[in-house]
Amino acid sequence: MISETSLEKLEILAGAAKYDVSCASSGTQRSNTKGGIGNASAWGICHSFAEDGRCISLLKIMLSNFCIYDCAYCINRKSNDIPRTSFTPEEIANLTIEFYRRNYIEGLFLSSGVLRNPDYTMERMVTVAKLLRTEHKYNGYIHLKAIPGASEQLIADAGRWADRLSVNIEIPTENNLKILAPDKDFKSVLEPMKIISNNITESKEERKKHRGAPLFSPSGQSTQLIIGATNDTDHTILKLSSALYSKRDLKRVYYSGYIPVNSYDSRLPALNTPPLRREHRLYQADWLLRFYGFKANEIVNAENPNLDLELDPKVTWALRNPHLFPVDINKADPLMLLRIPGIGTHSVQLILLARKHTRLNSSHLQKMGVLMKRARFFITCNELRSQNVQELKPEIVRQLLLEKKAIGTDGAVQLKLFNPVMLALR
Amino acid sequence: MNVFAYDNTFEGLLTLVFESYQRKHFPDEILSGEGSQPVLFASTNTIETDERKAERVWNGIVKHSSEENAHRIYRVFLADMPDTPMLVLKYIRLIIDSNKNEETNFSEPVVVEFNKLHQKVCKEAHRINGFVRFQKTVEGSYYASFAPIYDVLPLCIPHFRDRFADQQWIIYDLKRNYGFWYDLKNVSRVVFDDLKVNPQNGQLHSSLLADDEKLFQQLWRQYYHSICIQERKNDKVHRQLLPQRFWKYLPEKGFLSL
Ligand code: SF4
Repeated sequence: MISETSLEKLEILAGAAKYDVSCASSGTQRSNTKGGIGNASAWGICHSFAEDGRCISLLKIMLSNFCIYDCAYCINRKSNDIPRTSFTPEEIANLTIEFYRRNYIEGLFLSSGVLRNPDYTMERMVTVAKLLRTEHKYNGYIHLKAIPGASEQLIADAGRWADRLSVNIEIPTENNLKILAPDKDFKSVLEPMKIISNNITESKEERKKHRGAPLFSPSGQSTQLIIGATNDTDHTILKLSSALYSKRDLKRVYYSGYIPVNSYDSRLPALNTPPLRREHRLYQADWLLRFYGFKANEIVNAENPNLDLELDPKVTWALRNPHLFPVDINKADPLMLLRIPGIGTHSVQLILLARKHTRLNSSHLQKMGVLMKRARFFITCNELRSQNVQELKPEIVRQLLLEKKAIGTDGAVQLKLFNPVMLALR
Repeated sequence: MNVFAYDNTFEGLLTLVFESYQRKHFPDEILSGEGSQPVLFASTNTIETDERKAERVWNGIVKHSSEENAHRIYRVFLADMPDTPMLVLKYIRLIIDSNKNEETNFSEPVVVEFNKLHQKVCKEAHRINGFVRFQKTVEGSYYASFAPIYDVLPLCIPHFRDRFADQQWIIYDLKRNYGFWYDLKNVSRVVFDDLKVNPQNGQLHSSLLADDEKLFQQLWRQYYHSICIQERKNDKVHRQLLPQRFWKYLPEKGFLSL
């Protein structure tokens, strides 16, 4: 049971799980049952923030960091000489409940190294979820990692108890996956995804017919891609994400900037720092796919296979399509409003409501949270005098939007003062 | 100068609105609570809270805008800042005096200011939902204390009541010296005079804590440190998302040595 010795296990097994980036606990709404503990709230709650700035919502932990596989990018690969340990399913269930009752966490996110074989491992993970739901009457959030290669039956069991299942693809192309993870192939990851997706659809259909039909992974499935461990382009990555969203109905694709945990392995690039900026741009692009009605090939394509690291992908898109601007804030339809740089979904809602009352001007927009510094080149509204992207030309607008970062060293400021771009502004 | 005083309750403030309309003059300043200093050279009108009058104002708001808007006014009231009552009064006047629904008229400065504050209050309540830390007591009940900047505990209670339905708990606002107690059936408001709590960290006296409480705080702290990726440390974002004012009540931020 839980005691002082658990401290060391926790240190190892939380440390081993920390590279999995997904933290979301949202997506399920479940009320507590009578006499039970816990609920899942649809909007998700962060209970703390780690010093790396990431939200801590779940007890993210590995059941064990022993592994029979040898994936090049993973700290837990079998050829690494590191301290290894395992929790029992009972210990994990206990720890979850004790943390949950103190309001430390929103729920459990459990993964594991592969012990003996995929089925053996998956079975132990399912046991944890089952213990929580039945013995502890726990109604909080559970996310289980599906072990690549686990049997269909075990994945079906997992989905019965969990709110979300995920299988990590990690490496975006089959070839590169084979090179870096010789024990895995695309089939071993994509197959469980397909099983999960079919089960989810089936359960939804059943529940339309009779409401008592069992839920299956009600909060859907997600996956993670490692960025920068291979030469795959953002175009390849976003095409894959977009296919996963539309064909497999994934809730989230997470992007994780590669951290060189095994720098001795020559199959991997030597990086000094994780590619955090690229990761950030990919998340922005991912938002455009999911909430802004963009298609992957509008953001990146064969001519522009990688995202511009200097600028928001929406700005880059707008600069490539100056003929669509300026947009009239007081008339444009919602989908076009969403495509204006500097305007987010929340501002679009406010604009749609407020323009029924008055013709909006730039000070209204500012108050509604529109980033006018960015938006002013792409809109017209009452009393706005600045020049738009058509009049100024995209290259110049690009320079202007980069301006802020360029200022910083005195040399740069000096130069900027005599730059024709500044003159164009006057 | 026209000064109104009320008893710092929401019903009291709605009554004040009612009285202002009836007397056809509106306050230049609103004093809340008993402790507030009367303004020099001004006569103060003390408003008696009257539930029926308050209800009429509530219904008026619903009629001129929406039920959700009336709830929003309540939440803004809970901001509990010196100038909140005046903002609420101005907002209600705008709503009631117009024959259109003004709640979405973001070209009105009052509407913008009101909604900004509303967002802040909701954000604080959401944070409290996450950052509350229960300590298990010897009797097996759970205790948490906090000092939210706005008076948001009433907004958090339904969430805790649903989530922790099978455990007795108390959540206490140290700043305002009151809290809520759930006894497995009902939630009631409580005030303690002799609370054995260390104001520095919100911790109960150790004689009141369950045997394994310290262990779980340690485990949580261990977890918190193990989950951080050193290569990605980002102090600025960290402090933005977890403002320092919360730290002293969080076991993971270190009042226990490992
Ligand atoms: S199977 Fe998982 S835990 Fe094992 S080496 Fe590969 S990525 Fe690491």
